Amino acid sequence: MALEEAIGAFQKSELGRRSEWVGIREVSETRRIHSARDGKPESNSTSMSRGAMVEVLVDGQFGYASTPRLDIESLSAAAERAATQAESASRWAVHRFTQAQRPPTQARYRSPILKSMDSMKAGEIGDLMIQITERLKRSPKILKASAFASLDRLITRYVSSNGSNGEQEQFLMTADFEAVAQDGPVVQRRTNGGMRGRSYQGGWEYLYADHLWERVDRVAEQALELLTAPECPDETGDLVLMPDQMMLQIHESIGHPLELDRILGDERNYAGWSFVKTSDFGQLQYGSKLMNVTFDPTVENEFASYAFDDTGTRAERHHLIREGKLVRALGGLESQARSGIPGVANMRASSWNRAPIDRMANINLEPGNSSWDEIIGSIDRGVIMESNRSWSIDDFRNKFQFGCEYGRRVENGKITGAVRNPNYRGITVPFWTQLAKVGNLATTETYGTPNCGKGEPNQVIKVGHRSPVCLFKNVEMFGGAK
Amino acid sequence: MMISPITRVAFEDLSNRILGQLEPGEELNLSLSSEASQFVRFNGPRVRQAGRVDDASLEITLFLKSEDGYRRATAARTLTGLSYDDRRLTADALQDLRGMIRELAMDPHAVPPQGGQSSTRETAAKLLPEESATDTLIQGIGESDISGIYSAGPVVRAMANSAGLRHWFSTEGWNFDYSIYTPEQRAVKATVAGLDWDASAFDRSIAHSKAQLAALSRPAVRLARGDYRVWLAPAATGELLGLLAYGTFGEQNIRQGDSAILKIREGRAGFSDKFSLREDFSYGDVPRFNDQGELSPEKLPLVEDGAMKNTLINQRTAREYGLVPNGANRYEGLTSPVISGGDLDDADILARLGDGIFVSNLHYLNWSDIPGGRITGMTRYACFHVQAGKIVAPIENMRFDEGLFSIFGDSLEAVGRRLELQPEVMTYFMRHLGGARCPGLLLSRFKFTI
Repeated sequence: MALEEAIGAFQKSELGRRSEWVGIREVSETRRIHSARDGKPESNSTSMSRGAMVEVLVDGQFGYASTPRLDIESLSAAAERAATQAESASRWAVHRFTQAQRPPTQARYRSPILKSMDSMKAGEIGDLMIQITERLKRSPKILKASAFASLDRLITRYVSSNGSNGEQEQFLMTADFEAVAQDGPVVQRRTNGGMRGRSYQGGWEYLYADHLWERVDRVAEQALELLTAPECPDETGDLVLMPDQMMLQIHESIGHPLELDRILGDERNYAGWSFVKTSDFGQLQYGSKLMNVTFDPTVENEFASYAFDDTGTRAERHHLIREGKLVRALGGLESQARSGIPGVANMRASSWNRAPIDRMANINLEPGNSSWDEIIGSIDRGVIMESNRSWSIDDFRNKFQFGCEYGRRVENGKITGAVRNPNYRGITVPFWTQLAKVGNLATTETYGTPNCGKGEPNQVIKVGHRSPVCLFKNVEMFGGAK
Repeated sequence: MMISPITRVAFEDLSNRILGQLEPGEELNLSLSSEASQFVRFNGPRVRQAGRVDDASLEITLFLKSEDGYRRATAARTLTGLSYDDRRLTADALQDLRGMIRELAMDPHAVPPQGGQSSTRETAAKLLPEESATDTLIQGIGESDISGIYSAGPVVRAMANSAGLRHWFSTEGWNFDYSIYTPEQRAVKATVAGLDWDASAFDRSIAHSKAQLAALSRPAVRLARGDYRVWLAPAATGELLGLLAYGTFGEQNIRQGDSAILKIREGRAGFSDKFSLREDFSYGDVPRFNDQGELSPEKLPLVEDGAMKNTLINQRTAREYGLVPNGANRYEGLTSPVISGGDLDDADILARLGDGIFVSNLHYLNWSDIPGGRITGMTRYACFHVQAGKIVAPIENMRFDEGLFSIFGDSLEAVGRRLELQPEVMTYFMRHLGGARCPGLLLSRFKFTI
């Protein structure tokens, strides 16, 4: 009851009486991390981050103040600080907001979980990490073998002066391992999906999912295979992206450009903005008609599922791009009020010490109709790329260059062998326009990443991406350093 | 007035209480980060978000000694600054660690707490009052289309361990990291920072940036792909250094195939004799101690006249490979880097560049091939096409893909004489400290790809 009582106490103060709205988001994040390298423990840690973000609306401006102190007096004092910030900024407000940007919620959410945080002991997971690295080190040419696993239990409680009383309990699991192989001047790295991509809502059960030891063996084998593989050819042709690389492609060239705060210029000084304009919604043909992209925080086990965002907005599935046409933005209620563009429930904060901003959640490319055999069989000459290892895109989200860990050559409809250092580059809309085949449900996989950075002050947030295998035509591809 | 949630007295008291709870065979390291920060975010000459963050986190690393060596486990807890709460939180954390550590495998690379020279450094500053900061900033900005963030307040880094070592570093300061725009949305980027609020420095920075905008009013030209002569201004060099900061000079990364420096070690590449890089803590804007309390040398040369002199080695790496540590942090990253200045004066830059590209800023750098030593990224903000030593027009942003040993090696034609501080304005998880000091670089060849 401390949160509600703190709101009541603040509302009795002079600043409180002048305030139009106050809300408190209490966050408690418990995390366990276990990692090992080359048969030895590297890190075994626990952490508990706990505090509250208090937001107050005064004269149409939200101000915020975070505090690690959760007693009524401290929370009420934080509300006073937030109100002071709001009041001093209100004369210069970018927009006059109202309570409509903080709708009341009473929603409850809990991630599905089979093996809870305490169901496996630290020693058990620490030993598993060591065993994975020992199995990865199957050759003297494996220079480094490492393994990592983390599980977060994130509890968010949200109350407000206009009737919010929501609670979410998310379990967020990430596991990865890597093998670095060296033979003379050639060094090649292979991981279990790149970008810590195996990130899901759930528990320790994901440690063993998808035939763990087969994946471990494959990562080691492919790291060694790449040592003698030819360089990815420098040529323009057919590019097949596996779902773990589609994660990055969707993230950088769809997710970020559609963030409404970028389009409105909030991010100009840091992450950049977007080639997308407010006038493009409902008009711009973003890519081929095979392209259907959704914001979907309702997918079970996907990394960024939730019932309401950090402003209390109810989370629902929406199409962002339908048959290639841009229809909706990634913007929360504040950006929607400023722009008049339809958006989604995506105002999210990285923790209790940051205010919510427009973020991705689960951004998914919907499956198409092509089978794996149809996709590969249609290619005369091309490259399959998987697992991201390098990413860079300009501040308007146009010119990108991405690199992958593992490539395979396709000739005359057949896979003919591995290639190393596969890279490609392009420009966002022309690239998506060249989307020629979208894989069916059988080719679809779900990934996520805990490391999406954005915002001033900076925030790292967790996102999910689900995608089928995709074929793009006429893409510029190339290999590693000469 | 903003005060860090954890004061020195409170940290000393809390440290002594935790360390007093140790049992035989246990050793402990404590590492504290604490801050109180005001953040005001601008978009246009308007405020997008304004707020205040009070935060403190303590990392507790327990070492348990046995006949075979050490086990090691870590717990982090948010501190409240309320002594009763923090004593309970840390006592619980220690109990959690005790429950966990006996299950763990021996850690042969663990380095238990060491004694040594303790230190205290406290820097106070006079900042803008919280309630009037926004008004002051807006008045200085005027009607300009500006985007960025003002950050201010105290920051603390401290440590204590069971070997008796104590370090305390507290500082206050402010920075305004911003970009300013033409109606066509071309921009100039700048950061102004200090300890005491300095209205004249703030005004000078805004005026200088506004003056630079004039050169951006001409229509931008689109460059063809290819190799160009370029001048990388100090901020652009700072972006490159920012990429190198994450482990490139770390001994562990080099030995584990995750650094381009491997090429140098194997004799397959080298730096230009015009390139010198050092860690330099003499400026005093970051702690010299790392989270285990080890002190870095005040100056540590990494590259001197093109020759590798040192890599960054932390205690754990030193234990694993039988080396001598040199105060590197856990990630063996650059903490307070300085690239030595050369002989090219500001007044001569355009003439020496002749025909080429003046690059003010780079953006979104990443390794496109780490072992191969190749970097990709974008130009950003005020970049210009230069012909016959004169600025002709701004350019549309271009992507580059270029070798580290070309940029700091074969293609390095001259180094600017003047060093510029690139203040560290990152705020991931907490406000970061310090910055990089860099000159500009004149390169005879730089590959633009798209």
